[in-house]
Amino acid sequence: MATHEKDALTGTETTGHEWDGIKELNTPLPRWWLWTFWGSVIWAMGYFIAYPAWPTLSGYTKGVLGYNSRLELGKELEAVKQSRSVWLDKFEKMSVAEVAADQELLTYAMAGGKVIFGDNCAPCHGASGSGNSGYPVLADDDWLWGGTVDDIAQTIRFGIRTDHADTRSNVMPPFVKDELITVEQADQIAGYVMSLSGQGTVPEGDTALFVEHCASCHGQDGKGLSDMGGPNLTDGIWLYGGSKEAVLSQIKAPKSGVMPVWTGRLSDVEIKQVSVYVHSLGGGK
Amino acid sequence: MTAPTASPERVAYNEEIVKKFVIAATFFGVVGFIAGTFIAFQLAFPILNLGLEWTTFGRLRPVHTSAVVFAFGGNIMLGTSFYVVQRTCRQTLFGGPTFANLIFWGYQLVIVLAATGYILGITQSKEYAEPEWYVDLLLTVVWVMYLIAFAGTLMTRRESHIYVANWFYLAFILTIAVLHLGNNVAVPVSWTGTKSYIAMTGVQDAMTQWWYGHNAVGFFLTAGFLGLMYYFIPKQAERPVYSYRLSVIHYWSLIFLYIWAGPHHLYYTALPDWTQTLGMAFSVMLWMPSWGGMINGLMTLSGAWHKLRTDPVLRFLVTSVAFYGMSTFEGPAMSIKAVNSLSHYTDWTIGHVHSGALGWVAFVSFGALYFLVPKLWNRERLYSLRMVTWHFWIATIGIVLYITSMWISGIMQGLMWRAYDEYGFLQYSFIETVEAMKPYYIIRATGGLLFVAGALIMVYNFIKTANGELRNELAFEDVPETAQEPAKV
Repeated sequence: MATHEKDALTGTETTGHEWDGIKELNTPLPRWWLWTFWGSVIWAMGYFIAYPAWPTLSGYTKGVLGYNSRLELGKELEAVKQSRSVWLDKFEKMSVAEVAADQELLTYAMAGGKVIFGDNCAPCHGASGSGNSGYPVLADDDWLWGGTVDDIAQTIRFGIRTDHADTRSNVMPPFVKDELITVEQADQIAGYVMSLSGQGTVPEGDTALFVEHCASCHGQDGKGLSDMGGPNLTDGIWLYGGSKEAVLSQIKAPKSGVMPVWTGRLSDVEIKQVSVYVHSLGGGK
Repeated sequence: MTAPTASPERVAYNEEIVKKFVIAATFFGVVGFIAGTFIAFQLAFPILNLGLEWTTFGRLRPVHTSAVVFAFGGNIMLGTSFYVVQRTCRQTLFGGPTFANLIFWGYQLVIVLAATGYILGITQSKEYAEPEWYVDLLLTVVWVMYLIAFAGTLMTRRESHIYVANWFYLAFILTIAVLHLGNNVAVPVSWTGTKSYIAMTGVQDAMTQWWYGHNAVGFFLTAGFLGLMYYFIPKQAERPVYSYRLSVIHYWSLIFLYIWAGPHHLYYTALPDWTQTLGMAFSVMLWMPSWGGMINGLMTLSGAWHKLRTDPVLRFLVTSVAFYGMSTFEGPAMSIKAVNSLSHYTDWTIGHVHSGALGWVAFVSFGALYFLVPKLWNRERLYSLRMVTWHFWIATIGIVLYITSMWISGIMQGLMWRAYDEYGFLQYSFIETVEAMKPYYIIRATGGLLFVAGALIMVYNFIKTANGELRNELAFEDVPETAQEPAKV
């Protein structure tokens, strides 16, 4: 038979069993443990009565508090909609430019625009419009397609090089690949372009090459034509890098980016807000 | 069955199979820790995705989770359960050595098939149950063989009673079988292809998944490792288990309550309100049953606390129980809906999991491994006890870095997500919350590096021990046993 013995150190009896040298003390349950356990069970019973809890044959116990998470959410959304409606009504009626001119609406649009920008634009253009290689900086005054708040709104609505009928679009031809110019000529043009932003001297006789091939989009003086989306080449701001190699590569086999259509993804009011926000980032015209 | 007295007859225990599991667990542990640390660095430095589909975070993350839970943890569970069940039943392993070897190699095959599948992009996209149908079937066969070996040994035992460790091991084996079968009901597209479709859809599928997912934590990482704890702590402390009654009550309450807690992973989703209520209430009721194990683990040291000064192996075991207590308090707290509305989907959850996984599961496993290696290889003692101390402190600092950085990062992330400005707009965009977390990601990954470093020290110690070497080092100062008062609960 099992022999109960007393543990010398604690004075507690063992259960009398032994497995591979392990014995067990017959200590009673700690009182605080037991009462806390009962406490949590009683609390749970109360919670079951108060809230929807147990499935029944035809539904579930609804709970005496009448809690329903779907109704709660509906109420919260309704409250938000209500508090915003004053603002949103005005936005719907006004143009972007009018919004930008109204100080109160502008403050509101800036707050909303920041959120919209963060969730939709920041992945490419960087938080606060700081830009990335291939994705224009929005915090300076260099605008490819115009920097008025209406220009910005149009770019957001219809995108750049998209399928939309009203898209902004242009193409920088692959001059060397299409054999419009030779490699040597490309090199000369690149040198000239560098000189436009004050890097190196103007190579003799290369103005003609630039005027012939580049001026129709970039302007005679290289300061860009925003109607065509032709970038300004004189301000030292570069989309694909400002080294001579980068400029040369852009002449030989150009890269051009795509900005998506936001109509349909963002509401009209949201586009107005984010346009005002982008306009304010640093260089709106 | 009549109660046998301690008979002098020697039983030929199958220890070769335990050795194999110990080696596999150590190997996969290191692999899993390195994988985890690597993906932690990927989160801080995305360039480490290397631009290859096979090395992206999405594919390596299940390699990490499966390696640590199923390869490291699983080999620990199979190995220690075979060791413990034989010793506490005074019976050799049921089914014989060949059967045991089939279980071992079958389980390793499951691990390798699962891991290669993840890297190649073969997954059924269920968290912690990613392997496709063919691996699931193989695991089912292996698991049934495991059940036969374990339960067969229990049924042929030479002790009148079943020791508490074996109740926990058996609950682990049976429940994992039910969970595995329930969650993986799927229809293969063809018998020659890897792809299958899960039978359930929508919220039913989500609920089944988290019924599985939460109880993988409950029955694999909690109940199973409590079984381990119930053998190795009394053995290493050389003290009787604190309370038999507590072990009975907390065992039955734990396994009855745990199985209901899954819905707390799906608050504020399409899951019906009543299901969410049940999940929360049962999670809160789970607090004390979980702590029963902690009390029994810690209080078993009554009268043996001084051993912590000289025995770093016991320190691993006891610290693991302390981490267990902490994370089983944090768990019920996070399952309260108001708390969860802040914590869910944030890094706080990741920190919570790792305080349990590193602090509890890995530490209690390290303690068991340090106990087993000298015994299995018939050595007088470990090569170096001081190296165990180094391992302990390096790994502990790693865990502290990990969980504190994830608490800060997770709570910050949760607060940023729900911050509104005066007009009712969200104050922060998602990308801003990601930027804010980066420093904490680096701290977390550094914690992981320390954890890996500690594990490598352990591996070195094991190799030296197995080779029969003893490091010439000063013993820890021993403290006389007088004046040791047992603590009161």
